[in-house]
Amino acid sequence: MNLDNEKIDQIIDRHHGEASSLIQVLLEIQSDNHWLPKEVLERVSEKLQVPLSRTMHIASFYKAFSLVPKGRHDVHICMGTACHVRGAKRVLETVEDLTGIKPGETDADMKFSLETVNCLGCCALGPVMEINGKTHGKVTIGETANVLNSYE
Amino acid sequence: MIRINTPEELEIFRQEILSGRDPGKPCITLCSGSACNASGSEEVGARIEEEIIQQGLSGSVGLRKTGCHGFCERGPIIINHPAETTYLQIKPGDVPEIVSNALQQDKVINRLLYTDPGTNEKIVHESEIPFYKHQKRLVFGSNGSIDPKNIDDYLAIGGYSALAKVLSGMSPEDVLDEVKKSRLRGRGGGGFPAGSKWEGSRDASEKIKYVIVNADEGDPGAYMDRALLEGNPHSILEGLIIGAYTIGAHEGYIYVRQEYPLAVENISLAISKALEYGFLGKNILGSGFDFVVKVHKGAGAFVCGESTALMTALEGRAGEPRPKYVRSNIRGFWDKPSVLNNVETWANIPLIINKGADWFTQIGTEGSKGTKIFSL
Repeated sequence: MNLDNEKIDQIIDRHHGEASSLIQVLLEIQSDNHWLPKEVLERVSEKLQVPLSRTMHIASFYKAFSLVPKGRHDVHICMGTACHVRGAKRVLETVEDLTGIKPGETDADMKFSLETVNCLGCCALGPVMEINGKTHGKVTIGETANVLNSYE
Repeated sequence: MIRINTPEELEIFRQEILSGRDPGKPCITLCSGSACNASGSEEVGARIEEEIIQQGLSGSVGLRKTGCHGFCERGPIIINHPAETTYLQIKPGDVPEIVSNALQQDKVINRLLYTDPGTNEKIVHESEIPFYKHQKRLVFGSNGSIDPKNIDDYLAIGGYSALAKVLSGMSPEDVLDEVKKSRLRGRGGGGFPAGSKWEGSRDASEKIKYVIVNADEGDPGAYMDRALLEGNPHSILEGLIIGAYTIGAHEGYIYVRQEYPLAVENISLAISKALEYGFLGKNILGSGFDFVVKVHKGAGAFVCGESTALMTALEGRAGEPRPKYVRSNIRGFWDKPSVLNNVETWANIPLIINKGADWFTQIGTEGSKGTKIFSL
Protein backbone atom coordinates (compact mmCIF):
# COMPACT_ATOMS: atom_id res chain seq x y z
CA MET A 1 0.00 0.00 0.00
CA ASN A 2 2.97 2.27 -0.55
CA LEU A 3 2.27 5.60 -2.14
CA ASP A 4 3.52 6.01 -5.64
CA ASN A 5 5.86 8.83 -6.47
CA GLU A 6 3.20 10.68 -8.41
CA LYS A 7 0.97 10.97 -5.32
CA ILE A 8 3.90 12.20 -3.24
CA ASP A 9 4.78 14.76 -5.89
CA GLN A 10 1.19 16.01 -5.91
CA ILE A 11 1.29 16.58 -2.17
CA ILE A 12 4.62 18.37 -2.45
CA ASP A 13 3.30 20.54 -5.28
CA ARG A 14 0.33 21.56 -3.14
CA HIS A 15 2.87 23.02 -0.73
CA HIS A 16 4.80 24.71 -3.55
CA GLY A 17 7.81 22.49 -2.93
CA GLU A 18 9.02 24.69 -0.08
CA ALA A 19 11.45 23.13 2.37
CA SER A 20 9.65 24.86 5.26
CA SER A 21 6.55 22.79 4.47
CA LEU A 22 8.36 19.53 5.27
CA ILE A 23 6.22 18.81 8.36
CA GLN A 24 2.96 19.60 6.54
CA VAL A 25 3.97 17.34 3.60
CA LEU A 26 4.84 14.46 5.93
CA LEU A 27 1.56 14.93 7.82
CA GLU A 28 -0.43 14.58 4.61
CA ILE A 29 1.48 11.47 3.59
CA GLN A 30 1.08 10.01 7.07
CA SER A 31 -2.64 10.69 6.91
CA ASP A 32 -3.01 9.00 3.48
CA ASN A 33 -0.66 6.08 4.04
CA HIS A 34 -0.69 5.62 7.85
CA TRP A 35 3.10 5.36 7.96
CA LEU A 36 6.25 6.75 6.35
CA PRO A 37 8.31 4.12 4.48
CA LYS A 38 12.02 4.80 3.90
CA GLU A 39 11.59 5.28 0.14
CA VAL A 40 8.95 7.93 0.79
CA LEU A 41 11.25 9.86 3.12
CA GLU A 42 13.98 9.69 0.49
CA ARG A 43 11.65 10.98 -2.21
CA VAL A 44 10.44 13.85 -0.01
CA SER A 45 14.01 14.81 0.92
CA GLU A 46 15.05 14.84 -2.70
CA LYS A 47 12.08 16.86 -3.91
CA LEU A 48 12.21 19.43 -1.09
CA GLN A 49 16.03 19.49 -1.16
CA VAL A 50 16.27 18.77 2.52
CA PRO A 51 19.00 16.42 3.85
CA LEU A 52 17.62 12.96 4.63
CA SER A 53 19.03 13.30 8.15
CA ARG A 54 16.75 16.27 8.78
CA THR A 55 13.71 14.48 7.36
CA MET A 56 14.50 11.53 9.65
CA HIS A 57 14.88 13.94 12.56
CA ILE A 58 11.40 15.35 11.89
CA ALA A 59 9.83 11.94 11.29
CA SER A 60 11.20 10.59 14.56
CA PHE A 61 10.72 13.77 16.64
CA TYR A 62 6.98 14.31 16.12
CA LYS A 63 4.51 11.84 17.55
CA ALA A 64 2.12 11.98 14.61
CA PHE A 65 4.56 10.08 12.38
CA SER A 66 5.12 6.35 12.24
CA LEU A 67 8.17 4.70 10.72
CA VAL A 68 6.58 1.25 10.87
CA PRO A 69 3.42 -0.01 9.13
CA LYS A 70 0.19 0.56 11.04
CA GLY A 71 -2.94 -1.54 11.35
CA ARG A 72 -6.22 -0.75 9.62
CA HIS A 73 -7.66 0.77 12.77
CA ASP A 74 -5.93 3.25 15.05
CA VAL A 75 -7.00 2.74 18.65
CA HIS A 76 -6.19 5.61 21.01
CA ILE A 77 -6.82 5.20 24.71
CA CYS A 78 -6.89 8.47 26.60
CA MET A 79 -4.72 8.38 29.72
CA GLY A 80 -5.25 12.05 30.61
CA THR A 81 -5.96 12.99 34.21
CA ALA A 82 -9.76 12.87 34.02
CA CYS A 83 -9.84 9.56 32.12
CA HIS A 84 -7.19 8.13 34.44
CA VAL A 85 -9.31 8.68 37.53
CA ARG A 86 -12.33 7.28 35.72
CA GLY A 87 -10.64 3.96 35.00
CA ALA A 88 -8.67 4.41 31.77
CA LYS A 89 -6.08 1.92 33.02
CA ARG A 90 -8.68 -0.87 33.15
CA VAL A 91 -9.90 0.04 29.66
CA LEU A 92 -6.32 -0.14 28.40
CA GLU A 93 -5.74 -3.52 30.06
CA THR A 94 -8.93 -4.85 28.48
CA VAL A 95 -7.87 -3.65 25.03
CA GLU A 96 -4.42 -5.19 25.55
CA ASP A 97 -6.00 -8.53 26.51
CA LEU A 98 -8.42 -8.51 23.59
CA THR A 99 -5.91 -7.51 20.93
CA GLY A 100 -2.78 -9.09 22.37
CA ILE A 101 -0.75 -5.94 21.79
CA LYS A 102 0.79 -3.23 23.95
CA PRO A 103 0.79 0.52 23.26
CA GLY A 104 2.98 1.31 20.25
CA GLU A 105 2.37 -2.11 18.71
CA THR A 106 0.33 -3.46 15.80
CA ASP A 107 -1.18 -6.94 15.76
CA ALA A 108 -0.03 -9.67 13.35
CA ASP A 109 -3.23 -9.37 11.26
CA MET A 110 -2.55 -5.65 10.79
CA LYS A 111 -5.99 -5.00 12.19
CA PHE A 112 -5.36 -2.75 15.21
CA SER A 113 -2.59 -0.37 16.23
CA LEU A 114 -2.72 0.67 19.86
CA GLU A 115 -1.53 3.96 21.33
CA THR A 116 -2.04 5.75 24.60
CA VAL A 117 -2.65 9.49 24.31
CA ASN A 118 -2.85 12.31 26.81
CA CYS A 119 -6.19 14.09 26.94
CA LEU A 120 -8.42 14.00 23.90
CA GLY A 121 -10.28 17.00 25.26
CA CYS A 122 -13.61 15.48 26.21
CA CYS A 123 -13.00 14.83 29.90
CA ALA A 124 -16.72 14.88 30.70
CA LEU A 125 -17.00 11.65 28.71
CA GLY A 126 -14.12 9.79 30.34
CA PRO A 127 -12.85 7.17 30.05
CA VAL A 128 -12.52 7.80 26.34
CA MET A 129 -11.36 5.51 23.56
CA GLU A 130 -10.91 6.88 20.04
CA ILE A 131 -10.88 4.59 17.03
CA ASN A 132 -10.06 6.05 13.59
CA GLY A 133 -10.97 9.47 14.91
CA LYS A 134 -14.37 8.44 16.26
CA THR A 135 -14.76 9.01 19.98
CA HIS A 136 -16.30 6.39 22.20
CA GLY A 137 -17.12 7.98 25.56
CA LYS A 138 -17.87 6.58 29.01
CA VAL A 139 -16.65 3.16 27.92
CA THR A 140 -17.06 0.27 30.33
CA ILE A 141 -15.08 -2.97 30.27
CA GLY A 142 -17.98 -4.82 28.66
CA GLU A 143 -18.49 -2.18 26.01
CA THR A 144 -14.80 -2.17 25.13
CA ALA A 145 -15.09 -5.66 23.69
CA ASN A 146 -18.27 -4.75 21.78
CA VAL A 147 -16.68 -1.64 20.31
CA LEU A 148 -13.56 -3.51 19.19
CA ASN A 149 -15.65 -6.33 17.73
CA SER A 150 -17.55 -3.85 15.60
CA TYR A 151 -14.38 -3.18 13.56
CA GLU A 152 -13.50 -5.54 10.71
CA MET B 1 -19.19 35.73 -4.47
CA ILE B 2 -19.20 38.74 -2.21
CA ARG B 3 -16.34 41.15 -1.77
CA ILE B 4 -16.57 44.00 0.68
CA ASN B 5 -14.39 46.93 -0.35
CA THR B 6 -14.99 49.59 2.29
CA PRO B 7 -16.17 49.91 5.91
CA GLU B 8 -19.37 51.52 4.57
CA GLU B 9 -20.06 48.52 2.33
CA LEU B 10 -19.58 46.27 5.35
CA GLU B 11 -22.26 48.15 7.29
CA ILE B 12 -24.68 48.02 4.35
CA PHE B 13 -24.03 44.29 3.94
CA ARG B 14 -24.56 43.74 7.68
CA GLN B 15 -27.92 45.52 7.53
CA GLU B 16 -28.90 43.34 4.56
CA ILE B 17 -28.11 40.19 6.57
CA LEU B 18 -30.08 41.45 9.56
CA SER B 19 -33.10 42.55 7.54
CA GLY B 20 -33.24 39.10 5.96
CA ARG B 21 -33.44 37.45 9.35
CA ASP B 22 -36.51 37.23 11.53
CA PRO B 23 -35.50 36.99 15.20
CA GLY B 24 -38.96 35.64 15.98
CA LYS B 25 -38.61 32.65 13.64
CA PRO B 26 -38.23 29.38 15.55
CA CYS B 27 -34.68 28.12 15.34
CA ILE B 28 -33.20 25.04 16.96
CA THR B 29 -29.54 25.46 17.89
CA LEU B 30 -27.49 22.34 18.46
CA CYS B 31 -24.08 22.27 20.12
CA SER B 32 -21.66 20.71 17.63
CA GLY B 33 -18.28 21.05 19.32
CA SER B 34 -15.91 18.09 19.59
CA ALA B 35 -17.25 16.94 22.95
CA CYS B 36 -20.91 17.08 21.92
CA ASN B 37 -20.06 15.34 18.64
CA ALA B 38 -18.49 12.60 20.76
CA SER B 39 -21.74 12.27 22.69
CA GLY B 40 -23.76 11.86 19.50
CA SER B 41 -24.48 15.40 18.32
CA GLU B 42 -23.89 14.53 14.66
CA GLU B 43 -26.58 11.83 14.74
CA VAL B 44 -28.95 14.21 16.53
CA GLY B 45 -28.26 16.92 13.92
CA ALA B 46 -28.97 14.58 11.02
CA ARG B 47 -32.21 13.52 12.69
CA ILE B 48 -33.31 17.15 13.19
CA GLU B 49 -32.73 17.86 9.49
CA GLU B 50 -34.82 14.81 8.53
CA GLU B 51 -37.61 15.64 10.95
CA ILE B 52 -37.89 19.27 9.81
CA ILE B 53 -38.44 18.02 6.25
CA GLN B 54 -40.75 15.17 7.26
CA GLN B 55 -42.94 17.41 9.37
CA GLY B 56 -43.11 19.94 6.52
CA LEU B 57 -41.44 22.70 8.56
CA SER B 58 -38.60 23.55 6.15
CA GLY B 59 -39.71 27.15 5.75
CA SER B 60 -40.77 27.80 9.31
CA VAL B 61 -38.16 26.17 11.58
CA GLY B 62 -34.41 26.68 11.26
CA LEU B 63 -31.48 24.61 12.50
CA ARG B 64 -28.15 26.09 13.49
CA LYS B 65 -25.15 23.98 14.48
CA THR B 66 -23.11 26.06 16.92
CA GLY B 67 -19.84 25.69 18.76
CA CYS B 68 -19.28 24.48 22.31
CA HIS B 69 -21.55 25.82 25.07
CA GLY B 70 -19.22 24.55 27.77
CA PHE B 71 -21.56 22.18 29.59
CA CYS B 72 -20.13 19.14 27.78
CA GLU B 73 -21.03 16.83 30.63
CA ARG B 74 -24.70 17.23 29.68
CA GLY B 75 -24.30 17.32 25.90
CA PRO B 76 -25.58 17.27 23.26
CA ILE B 77 -27.35 20.54 24.07
CA ILE B 78 -30.31 21.97 22.16
CA ILE B 79 -31.69 25.47 22.63
CA ASN B 80 -35.04 26.32 21.10
CA HIS B 81 -35.15 29.94 20.00
CA PRO B 82 -36.66 32.47 20.48
CA ALA B 83 -37.98 31.14 23.83
CA GLU B 84 -34.47 29.81 24.63
CA THR B 85 -35.75 26.58 26.11
CA THR B 86 -32.69 24.49 26.91
CA TYR B 87 -32.69 20.72 26.50
CA LEU B 88 -29.79 18.53 27.61
CA GLN B 89 -28.42 15.08 26.79
CA ILE B 90 -30.50 14.76 23.66
CA LYS B 91 -30.81 11.39 21.96
CA PRO B 92 -31.95 11.02 18.33
CA GLY B 93 -35.20 9.56 19.70
CA ASP B 94 -36.03 12.87 21.42
CA VAL B 95 -35.84 14.80 18.16
CA PRO B 96 -39.35 14.30 16.67
CA GLU B 97 -40.97 15.74 19.79
CA ILE B 98 -38.57 18.71 19.93
CA VAL B 99 -39.14 19.54 16.27
CA SER B 100 -42.91 19.23 16.48
CA ASN B 101 -42.88 21.57 19.48
CA ALA B 102 -40.74 24.20 17.77
CA LEU B 103 -43.72 26.17 16.52
CA GLN B 104 -45.32 26.30 19.95
CA GLN B 105 -42.57 28.04 21.85
CA ASP B 106 -44.44 28.03 25.18
CA LYS B 107 -44.62 24.25 25.20
CA VAL B 108 -41.81 22.66 27.21
CA ILE B 109 -40.63 19.05 27.31
CA ASN B 110 -40.06 18.58 31.03
CA ARG B 111 -37.98 15.42 30.97
CA LEU B 112 -35.26 17.04 28.83
CA LEU B 113 -34.79 20.07 31.07
CA TYR B 114 -32.00 20.53 33.60
CA THR B 115 -32.94 19.36 37.08
CA ASP B 116 -31.31 21.21 39.94
CA PRO B 117 -29.75 18.45 42.07
CA GLY B 118 -30.35 20.42 45.29
CA THR B 119 -33.99 21.42 44.88
CA ASN B 120 -35.20 19.00 42.18
CA GLU B 121 -36.51 22.04 40.39
CA LYS B 122 -36.64 22.01 36.56
CA ILE B 123 -34.77 24.86 34.88
CA VAL B 124 -35.87 26.10 31.46
CA HIS B 125 -33.18 28.63 30.46
CA GLU B 126 -29.47 28.03 30.08
CA SER B 127 -28.55 31.23 31.92
CA GLU B 128 -30.35 30.05 35.07
CA ILE B 129 -28.56 26.70 35.28
CA PRO B 130 -26.12 26.96 38.23
CA PHE B 131 -23.18 26.03 35.97
CA TYR B 132 -23.79 29.17 33.86
CA LYS B 133 -25.40 31.48 36.41
CA HIS B 134 -22.24 33.03 37.80
CA GLN B 135 -20.28 33.16 34.57
CA LYS B 136 -19.50 36.36 32.70
CA ARG B 137 -18.93 35.34 29.12
CA LEU B 138 -17.33 37.90 26.82
CA VAL B 139 -14.89 36.18 24.48
CA PHE B 140 -16.84 32.93 24.71
CA GLY B 141 -20.22 34.68 24.69
CA SER B 142 -21.22 34.14 21.07
CA ASN B 143 -20.18 30.49 20.90
CA GLY B 144 -23.65 29.16 21.58
CA SER B 145 -25.49 31.39 19.14
CA ILE B 146 -23.52 31.45 15.88
CA ASP B 147 -22.73 28.85 13.26
CA PRO B 148 -18.91 28.95 13.03
CA LYS B 149 -19.04 27.76 9.42
CA ASN B 150 -21.19 30.73 8.40
CA ILE B 151 -19.36 34.07 8.23
CA ASP B 152 -22.70 35.89 7.92
CA ASP B 153 -23.60 34.73 11.44
CA TYR B 154 -20.46 36.44 12.72
CA LEU B 155 -21.25 39.59 10.72
CA ALA B 156 -24.80 39.58 12.09
CA ILE B 157 -23.48 39.95 15.65
CA GLY B 158 -21.21 42.84 14.67
CA GLY B 159 -18.28 40.81 13.40
CA TYR B 160 -15.37 42.63 11.72
CA SER B 161 -16.71 45.98 12.95
CA ALA B 162 -13.59 46.36 15.12
CA LEU B 163 -11.44 45.78 12.04
CA ALA B 164 -13.47 48.36 10.11
CA LYS B 165 -13.10 50.83 12.99
CA VAL B 166 -9.33 50.32 13.07
CA LEU B 167 -8.81 50.56 9.31
CA SER B 168 -11.07 53.57 8.85
CA GLY B 169 -9.96 55.83 11.65
CA MET B 170 -7.18 54.52 13.87
CA SER B 171 -3.46 54.69 13.30
CA PRO B 172 -1.35 51.70 14.39
CA GLU B 173 -0.20 53.87 17.32
CA ASP B 174 -3.81 54.46 18.38
CA VAL B 175 -4.49 50.72 18.39
CA LEU B 176 -1.30 50.02 20.32
CA ASP B 177 -2.23 52.67 22.91
CA GLU B 178 -5.67 51.14 23.34
CA VAL B 179 -4.27 47.62 23.80
CA LYS B 180 -1.67 48.89 26.29
CA LYS B 181 -4.31 50.86 28.17
CA SER B 182 -6.53 47.77 28.34
CA ARG B 183 -3.75 46.01 30.28
CA LEU B 184 -4.60 42.80 28.45
CA ARG B 185 -2.25 40.02 29.50
CA GLY B 186 -1.38 36.91 27.51
CA ARG B 187 -3.96 34.17 28.03
CA GLY B 188 -1.61 31.27 27.26
CA GLY B 189 -0.34 31.09 30.81
CA GLY B 190 2.65 33.45 30.85
CA GLY B 191 0.53 36.52 31.43
CA PHE B 192 2.93 38.85 29.61
CA PRO B 193 1.35 42.26 28.81
CA ALA B 194 0.19 41.99 25.20
CA GLY B 195 0.69 45.70 24.49
CA SER B 196 4.37 45.62 25.49
CA LYS B 197 4.96 42.57 23.34
CA TRP B 198 3.34 44.28 20.35
CA GLU B 199 5.27 47.49 20.95
CA GLY B 200 8.60 45.66 20.85
CA SER B 201 7.82 44.27 17.41
CA ARG B 202 6.29 47.49 16.16
CA ASP B 203 9.42 49.46 17.13
CA ALA B 204 11.83 46.91 15.63
CA SER B 205 13.53 48.25 12.52
CA GLU B 206 13.13 45.10 10.40
CA LYS B 207 10.81 45.43 7.41
CA ILE B 208 9.35 41.92 7.54
CA LYS B 209 7.35 41.00 10.65
CA TYR B 210 5.00 38.21 11.60
CA VAL B 211 1.98 37.57 13.80
CA ILE B 212 1.29 34.08 15.10
CA VAL B 213 -1.61 32.41 16.90
CA ASN B 214 -0.50 29.78 19.39
CA ALA B 215 -3.19 27.11 19.27
CA ASP B 216 -0.97 24.26 20.42
CA GLU B 217 -3.13 23.63 23.45
CA GLY B 218 -2.12 20.40 25.07
CA ASP B 219 -2.50 20.40 28.84
CA PRO B 220 -4.84 17.70 30.12
CA GLY B 221 -8.36 18.99 30.59
CA ALA B 222 -7.67 22.30 28.84
CA TYR B 223 -9.68 23.04 25.71
CA MET B 224 -10.48 26.72 25.85
CA ASP B 225 -8.62 27.38 22.61
CA ARG B 226 -10.25 24.48 20.82
CA ALA B 227 -13.70 25.69 21.84
CA LEU B 228 -12.97 29.12 20.35
CA LEU B 229 -11.35 27.81 17.18
CA GLU B 230 -14.29 25.49 16.63
CA GLY B 231 -17.02 27.84 17.78
CA ASN B 232 -15.97 31.38 16.85
CA PRO B 233 -12.94 31.29 14.54
CA HIS B 234 -13.56 34.71 12.98
CA SER B 235 -13.11 36.45 16.33
CA ILE B 236 -9.53 35.12 16.47
CA LEU B 237 -8.86 36.11 12.86
CA GLU B 238 -10.24 39.61 13.42
CA GLY B 239 -7.93 40.11 16.40
CA LEU B 240 -4.99 38.77 14.42
CA ILE B 241 -5.60 41.11 11.47
CA ILE B 242 -5.80 44.08 13.85
CA GLY B 243 -2.54 42.97 15.50
CA ALA B 244 -0.84 42.62 12.13
CA TYR B 245 -1.93 46.13 11.12
CA THR B 246 -0.62 47.49 14.42
CA ILE B 247 2.87 46.02 14.24
CA GLY B 248 3.15 46.18 10.43
CA ALA B 249 3.03 42.47 9.57
CA HIS B 250 1.69 41.17 6.26
CA GLU B 251 1.84 37.47 7.01
CA GLY B 252 0.34 35.50 9.89
CA TYR B 253 0.32 31.89 11.02
CA ILE B 254 -2.03 29.77 13.05
CA TYR B 255 -0.23 26.88 14.70
CA VAL B 256 -2.91 24.37 15.63
CA ARG B 257 -2.59 20.76 16.73
CA GLN B 258 -3.57 18.18 14.15
CA GLU B 259 -5.26 16.34 17.03
CA TYR B 260 -7.99 19.02 16.77
CA PRO B 261 -9.47 18.13 13.34
CA LEU B 262 -12.66 20.18 13.73
CA ALA B 263 -10.66 23.22 14.89
CA VAL B 264 -8.39 22.91 11.86
CA GLU B 265 -11.43 22.58 9.59
CA ASN B 266 -13.31 25.56 11.02
CA ILE B 267 -10.37 27.97 11.16
CA SER B 268 -9.31 27.00 7.62
CA LEU B 269 -12.84 27.61 6.37
CA ALA B 270 -12.94 30.93 8.23
CA ILE B 271 -9.70 32.01 6.53
CA SER B 272 -10.99 31.18 3.04
CA LYS B 273 -14.28 33.00 3.71
CA ALA B 274 -12.48 36.05 5.13
CA LEU B 275 -10.31 36.07 2.02
CA GLU B 276 -13.38 35.90 -0.22
CA TYR B 277 -15.13 38.76 1.64
CA GLY B 278 -11.99 40.89 1.58
CA PHE B 279 -11.11 40.86 5.30
CA LEU B 280 -7.85 39.17 4.29
CA GLY B 281 -5.73 39.55 1.17
CA LYS B 282 -4.84 42.73 -0.67
CA ASN B 283 -6.13 46.18 0.21
CA ILE B 284 -8.34 45.09 3.11
CA LEU B 285 -11.55 47.21 3.24
CA GLY B 286 -9.90 49.70 0.90
CA SER B 287 -7.26 50.67 3.46
CA GLY B 288 -4.24 49.67 1.40
CA PHE B 289 -3.26 47.17 4.08
CA ASP B 290 -2.39 43.64 2.87
CA PHE B 291 -2.40 40.56 5.08
CA VAL B 292 -2.58 36.79 4.59
CA VAL B 293 -2.85 33.92 7.09
CA LYS B 294 -1.69 30.32 6.83
CA VAL B 295 -2.57 27.33 8.98
CA HIS B 296 0.27 25.11 10.19
CA LYS B 297 -0.77 21.80 11.71
CA GLY B 298 1.28 20.68 14.70
CA ALA B 299 2.55 17.12 14.32
CA GLY B 300 2.34 16.12 17.95
CA ALA B 301 5.04 17.53 20.19
CA PHE B 302 3.97 18.99 23.51
CA VAL B 303 7.07 21.21 23.64
CA CYS B 304 5.94 23.12 20.54
CA GLY B 305 3.51 25.08 22.70
CA GLU B 306 6.57 27.02 23.90
CA SER B 307 6.94 30.08 21.69
CA THR B 308 10.47 29.61 20.34
CA ALA B 309 9.95 25.87 19.78
CA LEU B 310 6.70 26.67 17.97
CA MET B 311 8.46 29.11 15.65
CA THR B 312 11.17 26.54 14.90
CA ALA B 313 8.44 24.03 14.04
CA LEU B 314 6.79 26.61 11.74
CA GLU B 315 10.08 26.78 9.83
CA GLY B 316 9.73 23.05 9.15
CA ARG B 317 12.23 21.81 11.72
CA ALA B 318 12.11 19.84 14.95
CA GLY B 319 10.53 22.09 17.53
CA GLU B 320 13.07 22.67 20.25
CA PRO B 321 13.20 25.78 22.43
CA ARG B 322 16.13 28.15 22.28
CA PRO B 323 17.44 30.44 25.02
CA LYS B 324 15.65 33.78 24.89
CA TYR B 325 18.50 36.24 25.28
CA VAL B 326 16.73 38.11 22.50
CA ARG B 327 12.95 37.89 22.75
CA SER B 328 11.01 36.52 19.81
CA ASN B 329 9.08 39.77 19.37
CA ILE B 330 12.48 41.17 18.29
CA ARG B 331 13.95 38.08 16.65
CA GLY B 332 11.56 35.15 16.22
CA PHE B 333 10.18 33.30 13.19
CA TRP B 334 12.86 33.31 10.44
CA ASP B 335 14.77 35.65 12.81
CA LYS B 336 12.22 38.41 12.20
CA PRO B 337 10.16 40.28 14.83
CA SER B 338 7.21 37.99 15.59
CA VAL B 339 4.27 38.60 17.89
CA LEU B 340 2.99 35.29 19.15
CA ASN B 341 -0.15 35.34 21.28
CA ASN B 342 -2.52 32.70 22.50
CA VAL B 343 -5.89 32.11 20.77
CA GLU B 344 -7.85 33.71 23.58
CA THR B 345 -5.57 36.76 23.72
CA TRP B 346 -6.21 37.48 20.03
CA ALA B 347 -9.96 36.97 20.46
CA ASN B 348 -10.03 39.68 23.15
CA ILE B 349 -8.75 42.33 20.74
CA PRO B 350 -12.00 43.01 18.80
CA LEU B 351 -13.83 43.47 22.11
CA ILE B 352 -11.24 45.95 23.37
CA ILE B 353 -11.35 47.94 20.12
CA ASN B 354 -15.14 48.00 19.95
CA LYS B 355 -15.89 48.74 23.59
CA GLY B 356 -12.71 50.52 24.60
CA ALA B 357 -9.91 49.95 27.08
CA ASP B 358 -11.81 51.82 29.82
CA TRP B 359 -14.65 49.32 29.60
CA PHE B 360 -12.21 46.41 29.56
CA THR B 361 -10.30 47.54 32.65
CA GLN B 362 -13.53 47.62 34.67
CA ILE B 363 -13.62 43.83 34.39
CA GLY B 364 -11.23 41.47 36.12
CA THR B 365 -8.83 41.81 39.02
CA GLU B 366 -6.36 44.54 39.96
CA GLY B 367 -3.45 42.79 38.29
CA SER B 368 -5.24 41.15 35.39
CA LYS B 369 -8.02 42.73 33.38
CA GLY B 370 -10.81 41.17 31.37
CA THR B 371 -12.23 37.68 31.64
CA LYS B 372 -10.52 34.30 31.47
CA ILE B 373 -11.99 31.15 29.97
CA PHE B 374 -11.57 28.05 32.12
CA SER B 375 -12.21 24.44 31.35
CA LEU B 376 -12.67 22.07 34.22
